[in-house]
Amino acid sequence: MKGPGDRFDGWTSVAVALTGGYLLLVIWPLVMVLINSFAGGGEFSLAGFEKFFSSRLYYGTLTNSILVTVCVTVLALVVAFPLAYFMTMFRIGGSRSIQMLILASMMSPPFIGAYSWILLLGNNGMITKFIEDTLGFKPPSIYGFAGIVLVLTLQLVPLIFTYLMGAWRTIDVSLLEASESMGITGWRRAVQVISPLLWPTVLAGSLLVFVRAFADFGTPMLIGQGFRTVPVLIYSSFVGEVSIDKSFAAAVSVIVIAVTLAVFLLQRYLVSRRTFSMTALRSIEPRRLPGWRGVAVHIYVYGFLTLALAPLVVVVFSSFRKTLYGQLVDGFSLDSYVDSQRDILRYVGNTFGIGITALIILVVIAVLVAYLTVRRKGALSGTLDTMTMVPYVVPGLVIGIALVTAFSQGPFMLTGTFAIMVIALAIRRLPYSVRSTTALMYQLNPSIEEAATSLGASKFRTLVRIIIPALAPGILSGAILSWVTIITELSTTLFLYNTSTQTLSLGIYAEVIRGQLGTAAALSTVLLVLTMLSLILLMKLPGGQKELRV
Amino acid sequence: MTSITLRSLRKEYNGQVAIPNLDLDIHDGEFFTLLGPSGCGKTTLLRMIAGFNSIEAGTISFDDVVINDRSPAARNIGMVFQSYALFPQMTAAKNVAFGLQTRNIERAESIRRVEAALESVHMAHLKDRLPGEMSGGQQQRVALARALVIQPAVLLMDEPLSNLDAKLRVEMRDTIREAQREAGITTVYVTHDQEEAMAVSDRIAVMSMGVVQQVGSPAEIYRNPANRFVAEFIGKTNLIVRDLHQRDGVTTLDLGEGVSVDVTSTIAPGVSGRVQVSVRPEAVRAGGSGLQAEVVEETFLGSHSQIRARLSTGETIEFLEFSRRASLWERGEKVVLQLDTEMLTYFDAETGASIMQGAKL
Repeated sequence: MKGPGDRFDGWTSVAVALTGGYLLLVIWPLVMVLINSFAGGGEFSLAGFEKFFSSRLYYGTLTNSILVTVCVTVLALVVAFPLAYFMTMFRIGGSRSIQMLILASMMSPPFIGAYSWILLLGNNGMITKFIEDTLGFKPPSIYGFAGIVLVLTLQLVPLIFTYLMGAWRTIDVSLLEASESMGITGWRRAVQVISPLLWPTVLAGSLLVFVRAFADFGTPMLIGQGFRTVPVLIYSSFVGEVSIDKSFAAAVSVIVIAVTLAVFLLQRYLVSRRTFSMTALRSIEPRRLPGWRGVAVHIYVYGFLTLALAPLVVVVFSSFRKTLYGQLVDGFSLDSYVDSQRDILRYVGNTFGIGITALIILVVIAVLVAYLTVRRKGALSGTLDTMTMVPYVVPGLVIGIALVTAFSQGPFMLTGTFAIMVIALAIRRLPYSVRSTTALMYQLNPSIEEAATSLGASKFRTLVRIIIPALAPGILSGAILSWVTIITELSTTLFLYNTSTQTLSLGIYAEVIRGQLGTAAALSTVLLVLTMLSLILLMKLPGGQKELRV
Repeated sequence: MTSITLRSLRKEYNGQVAIPNLDLDIHDGEFFTLLGPSGCGKTTLLRMIAGFNSIEAGTISFDDVVINDRSPAARNIGMVFQSYALFPQMTAAKNVAFGLQTRNIERAESIRRVEAALESVHMAHLKDRLPGEMSGGQQQRVALARALVIQPAVLLMDEPLSNLDAKLRVEMRDTIREAQREAGITTVYVTHDQEEAMAVSDRIAVMSMGVVQQVGSPAEIYRNPANRFVAEFIGKTNLIVRDLHQRDGVTTLDLGEGVSVDVTSTIAPGVSGRVQVSVRPEAVRAGGSGLQAEVVEETFLGSHSQIRARLSTGETIEFLEFSRRASLWERGEKVVLQLDTEMLTYFDAETGASIMQGAKL
């Protein structure tokens, strides 16, 4: 059959060009990693894999990672579900501000969380010292497993929380009233009626938490110390604290991708077994909860908020403290800013230069891919859609390795250039952008496009004059969200930068590793301010708040 | 002015035949309606004429020029969609002006034409509103103006009124009819609402399962339906099964209880045996002499009542009665039904095809 999707026109060329670009910049580098993982010394071998599974030192990182990830995912759910439930069902004082602040904590870079918990509970941390001085004993160490779980859980609860809040808005209040009329209320209703409705959302959110926790590199690197996770192993074997073994790093990367992919497929399978769509005609109205229960709910919500925001407050506070040889000491000054002002300017300049270029490319590609997958369903656009989703299951660190592997020699010598940074960031963020733009595109009635065509507009004119302007508010708020994740991205670009392309987040990482805590705090504060300003801008946009739900 | 000719048209979706083989002639300046239940292929056909759907076989011609391979943009059509499809980011005036811009019409002229078009649908006062700030009816008026302002060769409308409430629908269909008459544009209109079709159309094509059942003026298809499907779909009707009797060259239909009709000159020659009789509600009157029946239910509808009665054969007959001051019919009350035999139509009991004289057998 010849459908409109099979028609050859300008869009076909776009699809072919995009597919080509993806094959070159995403698929080929990943294939190189795969080849490397099976190639020891120029011929086929499983040496990398054998090495990994031969020593506890190596395969232990996998069990560590899985342990951390499962703990974080479960904990995040356990904490987030009541949070979302309370926020939806009951009137909480300052509810709007709470939601904004929770979002802000989600958007802040994860490694800043790790770093500031060190400032609080580390060997020289504020709380550690306070307890030592007043109570005379040393509190339990923040380093290792507990610290990683604490930091990642606090980081990822907001993620599941926003997912759940979004899903809750689709539940019609009549469903709750119906269950009430049958005598099912309170927690029984939450478990029997609401939970099944939220199940797909919970699965989707959990997958995201799992993938992020599993792939996170900054947190275990900073706070893990002896407790090593897989991304740390990949990093150290690739960069070589002891010895460089690229084939081994590639093998571990392949194992990581395999695990993430398995979880991803499992989630897809579970979701596909129960899909339903809901739209709420009347959303749930929060009601006042009187008495001690109201107080308890407030304590829960504000307690979490305090924990989630503590790292941010600590970082900003620390940036104004005096430092001595990089360590924070008593007293306040602006030295951390003044002394590193040249670095700050360089980092900020790079962040904007690289970030905005990546963002523009990202938005253009996302719009094109979304259009192709929604309006031109076919083999080519299907392939394209699948390919854009690849970086979703591939950890940032592995994408970095893949790009280094593919573009550090031969015809495409790009490592250390501006271009490779832009490419890496764009690739990393594309799955999210494509998804949100695709969702927007689905909401746009196809008749609108047909109307433009029937009035004599060409395909290009329809895209530029009708489709993009109609989707502009959504595209813009999506772009700001992407911008925030671009400026806070660390792991993807870790292997790709040099001093002339070092961004803020890379600068913070370098300073923390170098032990320059004051400078790191100052840089983190700058990054946080940038993030907050972007989020405030997003809030001001029409429809921008809706965008923040996921 | 444009006539549309469809020849041996075929449409498949993934191997499923939606329209097997369709011929249709739509005349110059005519208001032509494709009418049928949902899934009958009427919207598919309209979108083939517009160029949004592919054509698997056959031809579509505007004024005898085959336009199969022309893109929708090159067909010079105006289209009105069920969902209005106004560009959400543009005001009413900008929406209407869009089609003129692609035609490189000079600015002053464009402004004049936009205003005139909005005026013709009584929307000039809301020209600066965004679609989101307009009601459904207002949006559809703007959509109509947008389709008309480019002076298309053909105006295509896909269930333009079905998202509107009942009262607005009646109002809008007058606007549509008026605007179409004024512009004199050949119009193809799709609807599933037979009353709406009757109200606006010059001619109607009744479709079912991708096949045109009958083409004719509203009165023709109502008075002389080509088959049982059309009779039942257009207006209401009661179908009862009776026998034909032939004696001495005279064919009579025995309605029962001694009532019979001479149908020699109404029914096509050579037909005999069982037939289906279509009795329109307005062909039935209570009182006088006729068939014995018992009232089952009366539905009071304001200006008139709809009464359902059961014949002694068990068949049900529905008929209408203007409202009276006096009390309503009682359930179980005896009633004699007199049939206006002039208004009866007859179908083959097996095939459902019309067996009236002049019908294609």
